[in-house]
Amino acid sequence: MFTYVCVCVCVCVCVCVCVCVCVCVCVSPLQMEKVIVAMQDPDMGMKMRNQRLLITVIPHAMTGVCVLLLWCSTESLHLGNMLVKYGYIYPLKEPRCLVLRPDESPYRFQVRPLSMSILPTFYNPAIYLAKKNIRKQGELMEYEKERYSLLHKRINHTWDFVVMQAREQLRASKQRRKADRIVLECQEQAYWLINRPPVRSITLHCIQLYCAIEACRKALGRNRVKSSICLEGFLKYSEQYLNHDPIMQGCLPSNPWISDDTAHWTMNAEIVPVPTRLRVERWSFSFMELLNDAMGRREFMTYLEKEFSAENLYFWQACEDIRHGESSKIVEKVEDIYKNFLAPGAARWVNIDSKTMDKTLEGIKRPHRFVMDDAQMHIYFLMKKDSYPRYLKSDLYKNMLAKAIVPQETKKSVFPFMRRQRHSSPSPAQTATQAAEEEGLAKGAGANSAAGSHF
Amino acid sequence: MRSPPTPEMATQEVPLNETLAHLKTESETLKSKLEEERAKLHDVELHQVAEKVEGLGQFVMKTRRTLKGHGNKVLCMDWCKDKRRIVSSSQDGKVIVWDAFTTNKEHAVTMPCTWVMACAYAPSGCAVACGGLDNKCSVYPLSLDKNENLAAKKKSVAMHTNYLSACSFTNSDMQILTSSGDGTCALWDVESGQLLQSFHGHAADVLCLDLAPSETGNTFVSGGCDKKANVWDMRSGQCIQSFETHESDINSVRYYPSGDAFASGSDDATCRLYDLRADREVAIYSKDSIIFGVSSVDFSLSGRLLFGGYNDYTINVWDVLKGTRVSILFGHENRVSTLRVSPDGTAFCTGSWDHTLRIWA
Repeated sequence: MFTYVCVCVCVCVCVCVCVCVCVCVCVSPLQMEKVIVAMQDPDMGMKMRNQRLLITVIPHAMTGVCVLLLWCSTESLHLGNMLVKYGYIYPLKEPRCLVLRPDESPYRFQVRPLSMSILPTFYNPAIYLAKKNIRKQGELMEYEKERYSLLHKRINHTWDFVVMQAREQLRASKQRRKADRIVLECQEQAYWLINRPPVRSITLHCIQLYCAIEACRKALGRNRVKSSICLEGFLKYSEQYLNHDPIMQGCLPSNPWISDDTAHWTMNAEIVPVPTRLRVERWSFSFMELLNDAMGRREFMTYLEKEFSAENLYFWQACEDIRHGESSKIVEKVEDIYKNFLAPGAARWVNIDSKTMDKTLEGIKRPHRFVMDDAQMHIYFLMKKDSYPRYLKSDLYKNMLAKAIVPQETKKSVFPFMRRQRHSSPSPAQTATQAAEEEGLAKGAGANSAAGSHF
Repeated sequence: MRSPPTPEMATQEVPLNETLAHLKTESETLKSKLEEERAKLHDVELHQVAEKVEGLGQFVMKTRRTLKGHGNKVLCMDWCKDKRRIVSSSQDGKVIVWDAFTTNKEHAVTMPCTWVMACAYAPSGCAVACGGLDNKCSVYPLSLDKNENLAAKKKSVAMHTNYLSACSFTNSDMQILTSSGDGTCALWDVESGQLLQSFHGHAADVLCLDLAPSETGNTFVSGGCDKKANVWDMRSGQCIQSFETHESDINSVRYYPSGDAFASGSDDATCRLYDLRADREVAIYSKDSIIFGVSSVDFSLSGRLLFGGYNDYTINVWDVLKGTRVSILFGHENRVSTLRVSPDGTAFCTGSWDHTLRIWA
């Protein structure tokens, strides 16, 4: 399920688990929950990778032996077996046999209906039994046959719908890749083996209650803010943004939807020679507003260059690019960031506190999407607390504000019934394609036109 | 009755029935304690604080565009960042991209399934995502070549075990967040179709989701048929906060523009506002005369107004701070199924079971 693919199979996970301590003969569902959460920790838990099952490759799985090595305790095998029997992890080899094999057999984390749900709709017992019945006529087990007829009687009026969904699911599964099909079938089978009524349902109920209790405890521990303070926040926000809300206050020169005139959009396009006053004002509302506006960001960069701290913004942008970019480019981008911003003597070295730097450098050894988060936050807050307020007081900003346009309100036309012609605009898809073509044609002449949409 | 739950193992010393009863009482006790704690810091109501704010005058909003072209119920729509284009999907499997300003249709795709319940525009404006009863979320790059069949370039990204109820791109074209009738939400990598994170915690179908506009951009809220609205951490997959005050399915959730709160619309005919820092519901928007469910909600740009699309064919406009209804808009001839305010707040769009979409300003 969780996907940090790593190179070595049994990495040093012995470190993490204080779970070792609580492994004893009597294992409660709550303890198992804790173990599962620890196993799924993105930094310290199980490393999932592709595992072989005969000729098929199963994605995001772990081997039995790896699960045992996770705890390095004499009780590991017992705990491991508990996890399988209670359905927290399920086997892909011989799915009817719910044991943890200390070998290369693949296992996966069960999708967690056992935890917070009652009877999750996606594991609908009626549909499951209908599917089995369709696939293997007469091969239902005794207790399954009983359940089938009971369900049929109880929900007779929707049985057609159940059968239709069962057929649809069977048809859909035929179209899946073999690996996915095996995973889903084993998952479903394991779930129903464990959830045989009625005894299982009590266990299930217990587990659900444990989880509800844990959630309550966590919620009790959280810090809350007084209502009076929070609610004042809404008043302030609405007041601050009132003039910027076209539906409340109208917009200048006119609302395009009402007047059919797109001047408002043209004046507020992503990049314009002179921005409107409202837009520049908005940059002072919050650091986020400034960064979210392409022109604002550009202005801020200019300011930072003057202050010789532009590397902070470049760094932040590079980190954003990792967080929101393609998975396949993560490793490459992390390396670039290290080279340009973090390595000793780097061209754009950023000043991060030693603790965060150490943690980040450690994380870079196994790069993943969020490895830069701490460093990025540090630099973000640095800019927000320091550079941003000074920018707002600077001449650069004040001049921008002074020369910003305040559009004239369009006079209502003399003949209100005459409709202006509504002009179309280039589709963002078109602009992007053209820009990409232009970039290709430029042949690295340094002309890097802004690939992206101009709104 | 002695356990064990399975014949093979003897683990539990305590009989399961006793454990169950004990857990039930513990759960109830903790829940009421939590309510007590939440109530302690609730020293004032929103409408009291809002007394000093000026009331809103008469509101005149009209249909400025009507988009006709769908052959069946419109189920979902989304705006493009260019503030004028939209994508909409309907029950007959059609997904249409419009320039709402000129009302021209620019692209049309027919999905292989009916009931396309979710659609979303990519931030770049170069692709759309959609899905529904096919249990999948597919991404279609928008090509301007009239001869090109959009369906040919389709990319299957998400795979659930039940219908797709909502989808949204995160800050880029590279990741999609989905919610499904299978009770889960999931985050996917578009390029590879890989599941990046899944979110479990709803006890029934998840019907809606919305991404937080916060600085750190790491959370989202979802609402489901279990009457709960959950706030999730996208990185760890954990549920950070949970709210359960609605009396029926939550059809729509939307963040307040500051990211400190969110609104929800439900089949119980109310909209509610939940504050994340106070960790509680802070306002209910309802009227005795409104008895039909809310299908969709969204805020105006300043967060002062809350628009709700209802199953009684109307749109109610609420004063978020004072809690009163400011206006009621008529026009659609059937249920309003979806409602979104445009990215620059100049208008909002509604889609309806009457096969049309309307732009209001």
